Amino acid sequence: MSLMKRISLIFRSKANKAIDRAEDPRETLDYSYQRQLDLLSKVRRGVADVATSRKRVELQVAQLEQQQAKLQSQAEKALQMDREDLAREALTRKSALTNQITDLKAQHAQLQGEEEKLTLAQQRLQAKVESFRTRKETIKATYTAAEAQTRINEAMSGIGEEMGDVGMAIQRAEDKTANMQARAGAIDELIASGALDDASQLNAGDDITRELEQMSSQSEVEAELMRMKGLSAGQEPGAIEGGSGGGEVLSEQPETSTEEGPR
Amino acid sequence: MIVRILGEGQYDVSDEALDRLNELDAAVEAAVEAGDDAAFAAALAALLDGVRTVGVAHALDSLDESDLILPPADATIDEVRALLAESDEGLIPG
Repeated sequence: MSLMKRISLIFRSKANKAIDRAEDPRETLDYSYQRQLDLLSKVRRGVADVATSRKRVELQVAQLEQQQAKLQSQAEKALQMDREDLAREALTRKSALTNQITDLKAQHAQLQGEEEKLTLAQQRLQAKVESFRTRKETIKATYTAAEAQTRINEAMSGIGEEMGDVGMAIQRAEDKTANMQARAGAIDELIASGALDDASQLNAGDDITRELEQMSSQSEVEAELMRMKGLSAGQEPGAIEGGSGGGEVLSEQPETSTEEGPR
Repeated sequence: MIVRILGEGQYDVSDEALDRLNELDAAVEAAVEAGDDAAFAAALAALLDGVRTVGVAHALDSLDESDLILPPADATIDEVRALLAESDEGLIPG
């Protein structure tokens, strides 16, 4: 027998087994409808859960990318100060982050796919549940035993199959997100412990981190000094404008004044 | 004839198109039996694409049962085996 046939038969028999039949067929309809509504809210929760996981991964990617940029600028500063060893270290850390980010982005794409699938499953189930409700009321209104039983069976088996399908989709999405959540948790811990980066916090992390940080604050001090020197140089001409205004004086003046200035 | 791709929905497929789908189905079955992951993934993709191409989406609000049911697009060989394995647990969780 073909694969399609075998799966169909097994799937159908399972779905039928899952349908609880009451003594009064009309009660079966109501009971099944209740189960359908339960499943529908379960799908909605599933969509929300996957969305939460997806946002978490997005946040992690943003954090890691920020740290990556920081390490890049630290490497540049280190190189400017002729500390190739430190630049190398910063770039090594940066490349470790790059791998994490690639990984997370793949996870993100997968979660997005699950989210879309579950959203579509929700729409399909919603349409069928709505149609089942209408059919249920019709059957109950025109109830004559033998005829009703046939129509009930039809409605039940159709919805049973959909419920089986959606139930399976939820299960698959849950399995996948549970897997990813464990890994996301591990990355959160890494970020929290500072092991992944953390050249950003003074007095945190290891020696190299501290040296990188110190160096970057040193180079910031140097940059600030340069900026101030530049400023005072620019101001000098204005300050002596009212004076004798000799060219030689102008060229000397800034040097002496800046040496006293910021130190 | 109504064909359901699990996780995706139902399609109306004409009886004439079924022969071609049966060929594709045989390839999937052979791959499952051989335990060949790569062949399985390719054969399943071809089968599902075939259904999507020749089929027309079945009305969303219909309560019709499917004549044929196919595994989801991202199913693994193990999942198909599990699907085929008879078990007492219901498909509907909770």
